[in-house]
Amino acid sequence: MDGTRRGFLKAALTAAGATTTPLYAQDQGRGSGQVVPSDPALRVKSLESLLVEKGLVDPKASTRSSIPTNTRSDPVTGARVVARAWVDSAYKQRLLANADAALAELGYGGLQGEHMVAVGEHSLRAQPCGLYPLLLLSVAVLGLPPVWYKSAPYRSRSVIDPRGVLRELGLDLPASVAVQVWDSTAELRYMVIPERPAGTETLGEEQLADLVTRDSMIGVAKVSAPQVRGRL
Amino acid sequence: MNGVHDMGGMHGLGPIQLEKNEPVFHARWEARVFALNRLVGAWGKWNIDASRHVKELIPPAEYFRISYYEKFLVGMTELLVNSGLVTRAELESGKPARDSKKMSPPLTVDKVPLFVAKGCAGQPQCARRGEIPRRPARSRAQPQSHRSYAASSLRSGEARYHRTGSRRICLP
Repeated sequence: MDGTRRGFLKAALTAAGATTTPLYAQDQGRGSGQVVPSDPALRVKSLESLLVEKGLVDPKASTRSSIPTNTRSDPVTGARVVARAWVDSAYKQRLLANADAALAELGYGGLQGEHMVAVGEHSLRAQPCGLYPLLLLSVAVLGLPPVWYKSAPYRSRSVIDPRGVLRELGLDLPASVAVQVWDSTAELRYMVIPERPAGTETLGEEQLADLVTRDSMIGVAKVSAPQVRGRL
Repeated sequence: MNGVHDMGGMHGLGPIQLEKNEPVFHARWEARVFALNRLVGAWGKWNIDASRHVKELIPPAEYFRISYYEKFLVGMTELLVNSGLVTRAELESGKPARDSKKMSPPLTVDKVPLFVAKGCAGQPQCARRGEIPRRPARSRAQPQSHRSYAASSLRSGEARYHRTGSRRICLP
């Protein structure tokens, strides 16, 4: 019974990684061969034309709102917020106390970013029900989440084995570093203010912002000083 | 609800698969689903809780099998039918029913920037819910709602687990 269940989960997981498009499978080395019964691309095309024909969506709006302008993996908005917090301790305090207001100070906020919470460094953001501090289109703080963030392995394990998850993501924390897991609600989005790396004392706010990565704001990577910057 | 979506604490789901230089969308249809989901949501026929709920009704095996944006597609399709905006017959044929009247979409291209800039607050249906009380860290509560809680507790001293926050929803 137990073995059967494990087998099912394993098969399901392999399939979940390979369903949508061969693109997923290419560099991942995931099991492929899973055939989606009905091509989602065709289903979406058919649905979209129905919705337009019925007057349920504006075809022009659908084109425009489909492309988040933030397509970088190192989201600019969030990075600017972090850099400000690093150089201005009063701002950092305001950000930790009331992220919505502190983001608004810099002119940030909006769709899917209405309720942000900023937490200090060394925290792993968990998302058992598939959430992420995402802001889309022009006001992206962290952009749309990567696939691994929405995947079953991350969602299932981040709450019970955060250190193991961090290790898998390339961050091996010593036992002396405490780990806190923050779990979002349906609307609440978190961002981590990562630790400012040593050796960046002479850098200006803009140069600091360039160092901040998406993963550091999820809490799964440290920010590196310019010369040794690498992972992801 | 302790459905399969509430997978926090489950074992055996394998290693995390990282992807280098991951694109925002892996296929054009994913971007279309993402956009359509926003646009049909603007009809105000359902709120965010309802949209999560329909995705959580996807049978467990399917839930694991299909991708994130396929869940979007399934959820949106269900909501369109449940709300009466689209019929199953129309979905199957891909054509509007003969007697269906052409409607005018609420979120037109000129309103998109405001919608994005203001978020939920840009919609008249927006309403704020009260504070959700802080949950004890080891709660195994399984409420009969769409909200998920970590299914497992954390071993003492290893890490701390937080679940807190206020919520905001767009009422239909």
